[in-house]
Amino acid sequence: MTATEHRPHTPPEIGGLGHSRKRVEDARFIEGRGNYVDDIELPGMLHMAIHRSPVAHARILSIDTSEAEAVEGVVAVVTGEFLAGYNLAWMPTLSGDTQAVLATDKVRFQGQEVAAVIATDRYVAEDAARMIHVDYEELEPIVNPQRSLEDDAPLIRDDKEDVESNLCYEWDSGDKDGTDAAFAGADKIVTLQTHYPRSHPSPLETCGVVADVNPATSQATIYMTSQAPHAHRTVFALVAGLPEQNIRIVSPDIGGGFGNKVPVYPGYVVATAASLVIGKPVKWMETRTENLISTGFARDYYMKGELAVSNEGKILGLRVDMLSDQGAFYADAQPTKFRAGLFHIVTGSYDYPVAHVATRGAYTNKAPGGVAYRCSFRVTEASYLIERLVQNAAYELGMDPAEFRLKNFIQPDQFPYHSPTGFVYDSGDYEAALRKAMGMVGYDQIQAEKEQARKEGKLVGIGIASFTEVVGAGHGEDYDILGLKMFDSAELRVHPTGKAILKLGVRSQGQGHETTFAQIVAEELGIPADDIKIVEGDTDNTPYGLGTYASRSTPVAGAATAVISRKLREKGKKIAAHLLEASEEDLTWDNGKFHVAGDPESAVTIQDVAFAAYTNPPPGLEPGLEGVHYYDPPNMTYPFGSYIVVVDVDPESGQWKVRRMVAVDDCGVKINPMIVEGQIHGGLAEGYAMSSMQYITFDESGNCIGSNFMDYLIPTAWETPRFELGETVTPSPHHPFGAKGVGESATVGSPAAYVNAVIDALQHLGVTNIDMPVSPDRVWAAMEKANSG
Amino acid sequence: MNITLTVNGGEHTADVEPRRLLVDFLRSTVGLKGTHIGCDTTSCGVCTVLVDGTPVKSCTMFAVQANGRSITTVEGLKQNGDLSAIQKAFKEEHGLQCGFCTPAMMLVGTALIEENPDPSEDQIRWAISGNLCRCTGYINIVKAIMAAAETTREGASS
Repeated sequence: MTATEHRPHTPPEIGGLGHSRKRVEDARFIEGRGNYVDDIELPGMLHMAIHRSPVAHARILSIDTSEAEAVEGVVAVVTGEFLAGYNLAWMPTLSGDTQAVLATDKVRFQGQEVAAVIATDRYVAEDAARMIHVDYEELEPIVNPQRSLEDDAPLIRDDKEDVESNLCYEWDSGDKDGTDAAFAGADKIVTLQTHYPRSHPSPLETCGVVADVNPATSQATIYMTSQAPHAHRTVFALVAGLPEQNIRIVSPDIGGGFGNKVPVYPGYVVATAASLVIGKPVKWMETRTENLISTGFARDYYMKGELAVSNEGKILGLRVDMLSDQGAFYADAQPTKFRAGLFHIVTGSYDYPVAHVATRGAYTNKAPGGVAYRCSFRVTEASYLIERLVQNAAYELGMDPAEFRLKNFIQPDQFPYHSPTGFVYDSGDYEAALRKAMGMVGYDQIQAEKEQARKEGKLVGIGIASFTEVVGAGHGEDYDILGLKMFDSAELRVHPTGKAILKLGVRSQGQGHETTFAQIVAEELGIPADDIKIVEGDTDNTPYGLGTYASRSTPVAGAATAVISRKLREKGKKIAAHLLEASEEDLTWDNGKFHVAGDPESAVTIQDVAFAAYTNPPPGLEPGLEGVHYYDPPNMTYPFGSYIVVVDVDPESGQWKVRRMVAVDDCGVKINPMIVEGQIHGGLAEGYAMSSMQYITFDESGNCIGSNFMDYLIPTAWETPRFELGETVTPSPHHPFGAKGVGESATVGSPAAYVNAVIDALQHLGVTNIDMPVSPDRVWAAMEKANSG
Repeated sequence: MNITLTVNGGEHTADVEPRRLLVDFLRSTVGLKGTHIGCDTTSCGVCTVLVDGTPVKSCTMFAVQANGRSITTVEGLKQNGDLSAIQKAFKEEHGLQCGFCTPAMMLVGTALIEENPDPSEDQIRWAISGNLCRCTGYINIVKAIMAAAETTREGASS
């Protein structure tokens, strides 16, 4: 399939696919009438604050809660020992490891949850949390995975039986012998060693919960910041032993997720346990510091990549060795079979026969997480490595980086493409996307400008990234989380008056589902999008689904929505035939109307059909026009794109500024181009953030340095570059309407483009790598080293 | 301490602890939830309100410091029941996604347009540089404020 243009099939008043429909959800947000977790106030509600460990690694000798308990307004102080009485001191993680809810034996990272205060007021709870006194016997803190795996390193997870080292997992993919053989026959081997630094999604709304357990009915209603409410309900049932039918997870408006709101955090569990015991609702909202030091870190991969190439510029094979810093508990939210997520997509957009990817993870005394920060399970790290390697390979061969990519791209006629690590890429036209980006940026001219600038002592760099993502997991046979197959669902109810309600197992965190999912139904059923209400985020009122992350919503729940719409259309056809006294085979469908072929005047509308479904169904046909579909995708989808960044680097200070950022994305068929563009803008900004400033650091004692927004830098409007967007459209052949998903493409693809641009400005000096964040001091140091060398 | 504030034109009197932050007063005592909380260090700006017309991060002002002052929150942006120019522009220009930074961004934009009816892109970016957004890359926020300024100018000249 080649790149094509896509135009709407429906008129604007129906508003199906391809219309830049204004967002429905905006109505409440622009009036300040959103409903986020922290906005929920229940009668008698109590507030919780958590006492956290000040040290990274220590044995707990004693915990004294008496002073805190004496504070007026304190209702209870909860410790791990108390939770152990309910078998709740530990909980499972989404990777099948265990994590302490409140520490009982040791603390394993700075900021770990040790005790919690429940009080009538948040201020009182925070005061009292500081009056809990814990005696610690400090142990050696392990702050990097290299030290963690040394023989004499202290054991972090001595809570686990039969564990003798800090190795968390070991996993590999591809053909080791074949790859070694390819390397043995290569003209050149290009090597890159780099650290993708620890980062944090830090949505502007932190994580929180209001747990409301009714002791009389045992009904637990848990309002929480959840990207995956159904999966969380099941986890709660397993953790707390509550009957699943009595647990209702409500995930109200979410102020950004980006992967941070996929895991279950100790605070959620403690608040729920406290509500159960006290019999009143309990609210817990993280402070920003708590958010940054204890929940959902991302990345932290130490990667060595080697590319075997021929002198003619063909890639012959890829070898990768990766060591990840997992923190104290292995908590990646990722498909069970794949211990390093989908990192083995690292072969990228290029065609070569062999690759081998070896991965290991190590426990350290840092916060757990490993969340897929605006990324499909470690695809970001993979994309970064291959795009940096390819750029460096071009330099070693003396080739233009664009030319090198064009020479090695998987070609359109090779799809479905079987990658060396076992993926089956659905569709792509990588050359078209890169050529479009080159055209937009004026590639030849900008290269000439760069050469000219260099003669004048100025540093200009051009960086390319031609990324391929893999999103929209499952199918269920290969992809599950804690055994739950990665399908998703949609329940569509068309009411007698022709209006409809669509209920979903996924949960928007700003993606605009209330707007876009109505457009899918509008496309398929011809009901105007304005007549369709979307409901999600309430497990009592929506069908089961695995949630919104890894760009899953459109590829999986969007597909479920299209399929259930088509099923109802098929049923509608029987009703239309009955109304028209015609045979089904003679009917034609046209944007919301059935008519007898060749006789458009005979039409009945979908609204007529809906009314008849309840008032005049054909004899023998089940009444009503409602249904639910659970969609297990046959494959994942593979969005791609080419980004080109032009930077000016100040030779004196190492400061770099983005002059141009051209982004050509191909996410298949678009539901709403306006929303797609908005998502790309956001991703490009977050990619810039990671490449230039976002970094969670630790000192040698394990103190988290990036614990607030003054130390963990997020770009403002002032620093954030301007973006120029372009598109190609290569539909997914297996998705019902050809969509691929886009929410994460720009975060995945752009960091390498920014860094490649800075390296390009410096490579003639002999600089081949600067680890992210590529801050001015690092650029300056690299230039100094090159100049002195 | 007993304090009286004007919030969106209405007077609110309450007995508050001196340490109570203005944002908590607005959210809990007055019950206006459109002002959000996003950090502990005056960095993110989602709690921004207008105090006598000037943007102030309400997590860094005690309620008692606002005694006798006039506060505008997002709930006070509508004029005579109609959406203000900036509210309309944020929707039209797709200036929001998750909506969490939106009330503050709109208030800062409103104050900017009041002071400078024809701001340049750089002036807008500078004005909102105390307010973080994680979703939009700021592009459409800037567009929305620009569009609202234009509508406001047209309204003033007609």
